[in-house]
Amino acid sequence: MYEHDVIVVGAGGAGLRAAIAAHEAGADTAIVSKLHPVRSHTGAAEGGINAALREGDDWELHAYDTMKGSDYLADAPAAETLAQDAPEETIQLEHWGMPFSREDDGRVSQRPFGGLSFPRTTYAGAETGHHLLHVMYEQVVKRGIQVYDEWYVMNLVTDDAADPNDRECHGVVAYDVQSGNVEGFKANGGVILATGGPGQAFDHTTNAVSCTGDGHAMAYRAGAPLEDMEFIQFHPTSLPSTGVLISEGVRGEGGILYNAKGERFMFEYGYANNSGELASRDVVARAELTEVNEGRGVNDEYVHLDMRHLGEERILDRLENILHLAEDFEGVDGLVEPMPVKPGQHYAMGGIDVDENGQTCINGLYAAGESACVSVHGGNRLGGNALPELIVFGKRAGRHAAGDDLGTAEIETGYGPDVEDETETELPVQPGSAGLDTAGGVAADGSGVATETDGLIERAVEAERTRVDHLMDKDDGVQHAQIRAKLQKAMTDYVNVFRTDEGIRKALRVIRECREEYQDVYVDDPSRTFNTDLQQTYETRNLIDVAETIALGALVRNEFRGAHWRQENQERDDENWLKHTLISWEDGDPNIFYRPVILEGEKTYEPKVRSY
Amino acid sequence: MSTQQEQPQEPESQEAPEDPEMRGTESPQQERLKEKEQGLAQEEAVDESDLEGETVHLKVFRYDPEVEGKQEPRFDDFYVPFEKGMTVLDAVMYARDEFDSSLTFRHSCRQAVCGSDAFFVNGKQQLGCKTQISELKQPVRIEPLPHQEVVKDLVVDMDHFYDQMHAVEPYFQQEELPDGDLEEQRQSRENREKVKMSTRCIWCAACMSSCNIAAGDNEYLGPAAINKAYRFAMDEREDEEIKEHRLRIVEQEHGVWRCQTQFSCTEVCPKDIPLTEHIQELKREAVKKNLKFW
Repeated sequence: MYEHDVIVVGAGGAGLRAAIAAHEAGADTAIVSKLHPVRSHTGAAEGGINAALREGDDWELHAYDTMKGSDYLADAPAAETLAQDAPEETIQLEHWGMPFSREDDGRVSQRPFGGLSFPRTTYAGAETGHHLLHVMYEQVVKRGIQVYDEWYVMNLVTDDAADPNDRECHGVVAYDVQSGNVEGFKANGGVILATGGPGQAFDHTTNAVSCTGDGHAMAYRAGAPLEDMEFIQFHPTSLPSTGVLISEGVRGEGGILYNAKGERFMFEYGYANNSGELASRDVVARAELTEVNEGRGVNDEYVHLDMRHLGEERILDRLENILHLAEDFEGVDGLVEPMPVKPGQHYAMGGIDVDENGQTCINGLYAAGESACVSVHGGNRLGGNALPELIVFGKRAGRHAAGDDLGTAEIETGYGPDVEDETETELPVQPGSAGLDTAGGVAADGSGVATETDGLIERAVEAERTRVDHLMDKDDGVQHAQIRAKLQKAMTDYVNVFRTDEGIRKALRVIRECREEYQDVYVDDPSRTFNTDLQQTYETRNLIDVAETIALGALVRNEFRGAHWRQENQERDDENWLKHTLISWEDGDPNIFYRPVILEGEKTYEPKVRSY
Repeated sequence: MSTQQEQPQEPESQEAPEDPEMRGTESPQQERLKEKEQGLAQEEAVDESDLEGETVHLKVFRYDPEVEGKQEPRFDDFYVPFEKGMTVLDAVMYARDEFDSSLTFRHSCRQAVCGSDAFFVNGKQQLGCKTQISELKQPVRIEPLPHQEVVKDLVVDMDHFYDQMHAVEPYFQQEELPDGDLEEQRQSRENREKVKMSTRCIWCAACMSSCNIAAGDNEYLGPAAINKAYRFAMDEREDEEIKEHRLRIVEQEHGVWRCQTQFSCTEVCPKDIPLTEHIQELKREAVKKNLKFW
């Protein structure tokens, strides 16, 4: 058994920042990640980091833009913390040597981004995430922080207190991908989940193959609710054939969207009369699909993004990476022709229910980054707000887990006196695992009554070893790839940009089928060495749980807010829906409830019509 | 165990390495497109339309130390239906998901930024996700990176590569910072431009695998690590003292002087980093500083 004070799961931007902060606060810190840190998907972020650094800008404007962009579903203390801490954290990256793009006077450059009232997106070419990831990994190397890379975390170790609010997280169970050994990791201070997004629940996504919502699913099954999972951002400019992302920076620098008739539709059809291409991402994504649905799409599938008029020099200076992506993944030279783009799944605004210190309702369990929902982004995330979230809240989670006092959180977590139960919607099928053994031949989670920590961890390790043996000893059945493909297709068909009650119900039925099929899943690769078949089989189970929460949230929220559009009620309904959707696992019998959004922090954010 | 086999086709004889100072007059994009055109000519690329509805023949290296029948390395044939825009990564993923779930390789982002999927494709180190099937001769031969221990199938042990990367103190070291938490260090646009290409490294190890010197000298830092040192040594935000310290690291016995300017690393770099030039420049800097000469 390995033992540390703080164990960080995942080594992208949030995980690395959390580990550095915990280490600096004096904790013996280790990172456990299924990828080597530099392979993490933070590296694919292109656009930049919003931070109010310059004269004429201030954190209050940034917080205001974030609240408006969220369609008033972000919690004010979260948005304000982000806006207040982002400048210092961004300059910290510069002090660590990050190669930001520069102005003539040598200061870091900032550019306009969608939904921002000030050009506050700090960037390093169109590869900001790559640099952020590498700079932070460098700092991890410098500090000698222990990294268990290519270790796949299979489960969390918690005690089995009946109420999740009384539970405590003691560590994780993971296996060394290279050798197949399953081992326990004891965390004396806390476990921080920084496992990224669940984009692989969809089949057209800008997310990496590794973005399988592992942290979401593990926290959910351990008893921490998932929050606002229905809010999925579809990025307006992904390449049609692969889903590869074309940065919002292209539009920030002046790139223009055209339909098949050569019309600048954002203005000509009145989708965003003021901001045009730089309206919020959800607005642009719906506009593009409306153009396609009304017959004005190119090849009935996509629209064009044109940046030729910016000139070669400016493009090479600020957007060179975009030329490579368009050429390599779509065969288009952005200097001589417009680039085909369409909306692709990009980001999950929702995630593991945490407060502004990164803590879940389970003592000792934290989450940060895309896997968490503080909530900074509410119904829609602004471009350039993901990277500052990683560093601001990654750092807070790391410090808190290491024992630093960050004050009492204002945001509540878990099921408590302030929540309201969902009572109205009838579900088409039974969600969760009730009556099913989705654990792959192992009794439901949380068995045993051990209270002693080492015993708990050993038991959890044994449970995972048994699960692995079962999956590998089984000689036939269904393979995960088949189930995963079916799940992804249903989510893309029915829980996409435009959603209907009927469609979402269909998706829930398919998800149920996937669950049933998963009971018969087996791993064909007989080897313990680097068994990616086994790893993906675990991931697919996580995707089923996470996809189901996305569909459940989408079904119950019968309104149009931010990225969540419902055909039956195409208006924002502030009277009934200024509240977060929460879903808790309840030992396999999911429970849906709501918590009011906090619109009052240091400032008050009165919901206004969101026009751009 | 290494899989370095006789290459199925000899790469065209490279142009003689020009004076590095003379290179770089064209934009990286232009250079890259030109190289790509040359690459196309070399491979006698198949017209995509000829491949529509066809299957692609893959010959994939297989090895697993603990599975009977795979302990002796072998090549497996896979026939994958072609789709427009299909990459080598798409093809091996199809083969794995449809035919043999034990087919093992690293991959993640699918867009040439995570650096996981450098393979030896038709005798050249390339990223699977960035290499179009239509540009390759068939059968497409896919092997793990040569000169690295094979763990299983296309997965190689990366530890040695990481050790070399870590050996150059790959982190910014500047003790004196501007006063005030919100004050950044200044860096000229020219200097940022100078280090720009070197900061693009994605640690894929294609360069290390292509380097004959690294193959013969296990202690050689290798192109990626030296490039990492260059990235900091040339960054004006670090003091002269640190720069000298960095030059001492790279001019050691197994450092820059081992490079024989064969340009193989530069040739295979998926991020078009002028690795050989960077190594040459560090040699010149070391001479200027009068550092010990091996």
